[in-house]
Amino acid sequence: MTIIALTLSLCFVLFAVVLSRSFKLGLEKDVLIATLRATIQLLIIGYVLNFIFGLEQLWVVGLFLLLMITVASLNVSKKGKSVPYMTIKVFITLVIVEIVTQALLLGFNIIPATARYIIPISGMIIGNSMILGSLLVTRLRSEVTLRQREIILLLSLGGTPRQAIMPVLKSAVRSSMIPTIDGQKTLGLVQLPGMMTGQIIAGADPITAVRFQLLIVFTTMTSAIITSILLSLFIAPSLFNKQQQLQTEPLESSS
Amino acid sequence: MTLSHPSACAVQFQHITKSFAHANHTVTVLDRIDGDIKQGSITTLVGPSGSGKSTLLSLCNLLITPDTGQLYIQGKDIHSWPITELRRNVGIVFQDAPMVQGTALYNLQTAQRLHGIDIGNPETLMEQVGLSSSLLTQHVQDLSGGQKQRLALARTLANQPQILLLDEITSALDPSSVREVEQLLLEINRESRITLIWVTHQMEQAQRVGQETWFLMNGQLLEQRSTADFFAHPQTEEARQFIKGELQ
Repeated sequence: MTIIALTLSLCFVLFAVVLSRSFKLGLEKDVLIATLRATIQLLIIGYVLNFIFGLEQLWVVGLFLLLMITVASLNVSKKGKSVPYMTIKVFITLVIVEIVTQALLLGFNIIPATARYIIPISGMIIGNSMILGSLLVTRLRSEVTLRQREIILLLSLGGTPRQAIMPVLKSAVRSSMIPTIDGQKTLGLVQLPGMMTGQIIAGADPITAVRFQLLIVFTTMTSAIITSILLSLFIAPSLFNKQQQLQTEPLESSS
Repeated sequence: MTLSHPSACAVQFQHITKSFAHANHTVTVLDRIDGDIKQGSITTLVGPSGSGKSTLLSLCNLLITPDTGQLYIQGKDIHSWPITELRRNVGIVFQDAPMVQGTALYNLQTAQRLHGIDIGNPETLMEQVGLSSSLLTQHVQDLSGGQKQRLALARTLANQPQILLLDEITSALDPSSVREVEQLLLEINRESRITLIWVTHQMEQAQRVGQETWFLMNGQLLEQRSTADFFAHPQTEEARQFIKGELQ
């Protein structure tokens, strides 16, 4: 794609701004800021990736992944601000997810150990886990609120906090997984995934593009379930005090 | 007042205070409560709404922690009990009869799942609280308020507690069921010597079932006497007004 063609595609943004103004939606400023941010961020990442791919140093790849995980952790932790050590809990979860998935991908020689493969695939895994983490915290909050009396009942009968919270955790994990599972069920029927579309437009054979997309689908499913389970297990203890009483404040005051 | 040695009591409160913080103020719900509850006795807790009765119950099960004072359960400081063991020994039946999602049988088997206790024959447990065993397979959502309350009682009894805390458990039952549940609990108390601490709003019930009655108001324990004495000769003006129904 030429620079001129890319510049011309800005007419879509212009169209959105005109529509927003016509219908008095008040979104013009947000649309322009979002466009500007996306452009700058993607251009920078394009140059950074170019630089990293050129270096082919695994430690640089590792550093880059840590940066991605840190940003994702900070993002998810906003949902559970009052959960003690929330950022660290999310960070550890994402590191484990990344280690497990990359160990399988590289260990079975599914992808070559080069920055060109590791970074984009990790980006998709971490991004998906980030969305899932936020969703889990939201679901956990509503489940705990809804089933608070049930948790207190189990505690009152001498159940441990783990026994009392486990049914609620399972529900929250199940609910948070629904969008991932549903999304994958309709893949190819309702939507063509972005990565596959990008590869096809860039000239790759559609079958090759599908193979890579399937790799992402399979990896995403595993990373999603690991994220949900680990994060829920990390958050659960902070919902109880030393007297094994339910404390809903960590979730209540979250934004 | 003079307190007995903690080991002689099922529950002993010594200067118990509990406050709750709200947005910009603190509310004292229990104010320096002192009192003994004898092993195997039936104590009814009465008083106007918001007097601290339910909070007092929740303290005994450590669902709420006292701010100050000492609380002894069967002679042992509440904080020296392993918490899960304490809660098994001190069962509570809540007014709203919360349920675990699932069938009546699944609820009845809660103690078995939590502690591996053999709960015996579920049909017998159901019959014991006046419920038909045909309800065992029903989802708890399909049970009436009264059925849930009886099931909640059976579920707590399956845990084999030594002390049973009852928080207005008959408020959702019709008059004949109220009498049945009362008879059942009196029988359990007689046969198993389980200590009953029973919060009730029904004066007649407090008189029918109680051996001792505690009268609480504004977080203070104003009277602690034998039930017959309390209702025949209340010593405080507040208790007199409450018995007459002039205080809500």
